[in-house]
Amino acid sequence: MSDQEDDIILAELSDDELVLQMHDDLYDGLKDEITEGVNILLGRKWTPYDVLTKALVEGMRIVGIDFRDGILFVPEVLLAANAMKAGMAILKPLLAETGAPRLGRMVIGTVKGDIHDIGKNLVTMMMEGAGFEVTDLGINNPVENYIGALEAQETDILGMSALLTTTMPYMKVVIDTMVEKGMRDDYIVLVGGAPLNEEFAKAIGADSYCRDAAVAVETAKALIAKKHNQMHA
Amino acid sequence: MSLPDDLPDDAVLTEQGVDLAGARPARLLLIACGALAHEVLALKRLNGWDHMDLKCLPAKLHLYPDRITGEVAAMVEKHRQSYADIFVLYADCGTGGLLQAKCAELGVEMLAGPHCYSFFEGNDAFAAHDDEISAFYLTDFLVRQFDAFVWKPMGLDRHPELRDMIFGNYTKMVHQAQIEDEGLKRQAAAIAERMGLDFEYRFTGYGDLARSMARQP
Repeated sequence: MSDQEDDIILAELSDDELVLQMHDDLYDGLKDEITEGVNILLGRKWTPYDVLTKALVEGMRIVGIDFRDGILFVPEVLLAANAMKAGMAILKPLLAETGAPRLGRMVIGTVKGDIHDIGKNLVTMMMEGAGFEVTDLGINNPVENYIGALEAQETDILGMSALLTTTMPYMKVVIDTMVEKGMRDDYIVLVGGAPLNEEFAKAIGADSYCRDAAVAVETAKALIAKKHNQMHA
Repeated sequence: MSLPDDLPDDAVLTEQGVDLAGARPARLLLIACGALAHEVLALKRLNGWDHMDLKCLPAKLHLYPDRITGEVAAMVEKHRQSYADIFVLYADCGTGGLLQAKCAELGVEMLAGPHCYSFFEGNDAFAAHDDEISAFYLTDFLVRQFDAFVWKPMGLDRHPELRDMIFGNYTKMVHQAQIEDEGLKRQAAAIAERMGLDFEYRFTGYGDLARSMARQP
């Protein structure tokens, strides 16, 4: 970032300029600037939902595109995610109070035997940003954890993550159990993780493979819309 | 640290790979990950396997596992007319079964197992470690190339604050040693400390890599 940009005083920017600056600050992983930007917009009577979608989610969408295109790499995405998390921490309680639109509910977790959660955490954050309520089961989840969480409250989407070739077959164990219990068709099942691919997702009976967090959000939105259309047809 | 072979240094094996075939092709071509070059050459030398040529792809392909299958397939296609047999010295290596399927389609054999951490220890022995899901494994090559392979690509040289976000779920680093080397062991212990993890040293030798190569005609 140049010295000139360092001198920018966020509070002096117009709303449009500030939102664009926040996109840049998210891209650069500047947590403090994002916190400041969120507070400024809220102070200008922006709704928490607008701050979330127009400043943070749109900024992360740009990060996601450049990650997909090989312009940004994991560390930069993690820094951007940390910055967004700081903004989300301010917005989350306000969103609950103001009744922001909810697109659906998701249960997500890394499968049994696997402790990797960077991708899962990014998906969680982006899904929350997009308006989904997410229950994050964390890492190393046996099938009982998934089933229990799905049965505990009304849920639309199950997300499973794995980074290892050795652990990704466990996703099939979960899906097969859902089939045995007669509950598979009640949910959209999304899977992701570095060694996965479309063929694998299809073979285990998932609805879709999501190669990154941005794709997960788009896929979730599309499949939720499809489900609603089918219900109302 | 000096290594007992004439390979280019590890940075070249990581970035570019190496072609160690002679002027006249041998009978069997080994297409290997650059991370295995030292070990494969050591086994060739120890066993007198002069009927094997070695060509290595860049070890850094592991940073982009979706590229491994295509690169291996291209090398098989390029050289299959020159050799009676080809043996692919990659395990699944994060390709999610795609490399196995491609090798089957091409009619060439590849190493069994999920990755080098597994076949160096022996796939059966490795699979028996039910209690090691929070272990981070480094082979000798990865100890030597830790900064190039892990620390820098994960941005930890520029953003050390990401360390716990990246390694926070791990509890220990296991150095799987292919050769006995006190200097390398100390280097591995220092890496574990940098990662904030407990350190375990485990001598594996060449494991299933040696056994698989020995089975080649």
